Amino acid sequence: MNILEFTALVFVGSLVAGLLGSLTGLGGGVVLVPLLTLFFKVDIRYAIGASLVSVIATSSGAAAAYVKEGFSNIRIGMLLEIATTLGALSGAFLAVWVSTKAIAIIFGVVLLISAFLSRKPRSPAERNAPPDPLATRLRLNGSFPDLEGRRSYNVQRVPAGFGIMFGAGALSGLLGIGSGALKVLAMDQAMRIPFKVSTTTSNFMIGVTAAASAGVYLHRGYIDPGLSMPVMLGVLGGSLVGAGILVKAETKWLRLVFSAVIVLLGIEMFYKGISGGI
Amino acid sequence: MAAGHVWTDKRIENILGNLLRAGVVFSAVIVFCGAVVYLARHGRAHADYRVFQGEPSELRSVPGIVRDAVDVSGRGIIQLGLLFLIATPVARVIFSIWGFAAEHDRMYVVFTVIVLAILIFSLVGSSQM
Repeated sequence: MNILEFTALVFVGSLVAGLLGSLTGLGGGVVLVPLLTLFFKVDIRYAIGASLVSVIATSSGAAAAYVKEGFSNIRIGMLLEIATTLGALSGAFLAVWVSTKAIAIIFGVVLLISAFLSRKPRSPAERNAPPDPLATRLRLNGSFPDLEGRRSYNVQRVPAGFGIMFGAGALSGLLGIGSGALKVLAMDQAMRIPFKVSTTTSNFMIGVTAAASAGVYLHRGYIDPGLSMPVMLGVLGGSLVGAGILVKAETKWLRLVFSAVIVLLGIEMFYKGISGGI
Repeated sequence: MAAGHVWTDKRIENILGNLLRAGVVFSAVIVFCGAVVYLARHGRAHADYRVFQGEPSELRSVPGIVRDAVDVSGRGIIQLGLLFLIATPVARVIFSIWGFAAEHDRMYVVFTVIVLAILIFSLVGSSQM
């Protein structure tokens, strides 16, 4: 296969990944590395570098739209970014010492967990917890637009959320993914932040988290321009198209299919890691 | 005071959003220009990413990438675009410091400076490790 054909195929694959990721809200980054390693036979280190770059593009591109809706909370985001960037740096340094087989196995497990998390029912919308002293001190409590005006919320269990965020950052740095599912888990489940605020704030944080490991990847030679170019342009294009479509009725079905694809890719990555195919 | 606080937050968030979008569009355009040069010159060559060799040293550092891009190397121009993309969230963090300072929120200025220090360490300092 020559470079022109390879670039065109990777672009189309990334476009579809970005489109599905955006329509289902599961993010395209998570299927990119398996796509590149399993189907295009790309070394997992190049795949991780290219995926990380595309994660920065989609997160930053989508943030503009979310910010205008008034859901994201920049204070929660900024505080937790201390945890995710430290985690991302650790993960990126760790990636150099961990064998590519181990990375493939961890990737497979993370894919299976993300598919499971995406099937979990959302937490109940009504929460009337009293203000937490630490969250109040850190000025994290906020409000978001609702049908009946603005609804306020009280953030809980900040240290637990901070800890999970460090883990999310480390996985992002190790695997070149946004780890949006884990970030949402930290905010929605541990910190009791409303789901919509959690997802938009998570998206807001993904770019900064990925930038923290991107520097390390660049110095290690993981970011290849020839591969990252079609991946970044494809995922970005796909996610922009996806954000423009917003078909509510179809997403339930799409989420099911996409989750099934993620499970299959997870099993395949896990198997390749064990059998030494990577 | 509460109303002014919300208004400032909202305004800062809007500027942040636009800054991010502009950064992404700008870097995507540069990556695309690099792609045209790269594919025109090397499109017929064999594509192989099976074996990891790591990028050549000039595509690993900021000065090296700029030098390659100035020489109109397709790969150098793409890498420069990717560098702008990585710099976009960093610019957002820098702008947030200014935003929190404008709100006299000293605690969050400190938090944001910590995040910026980690990012700068990754981009500049991590090559020595």
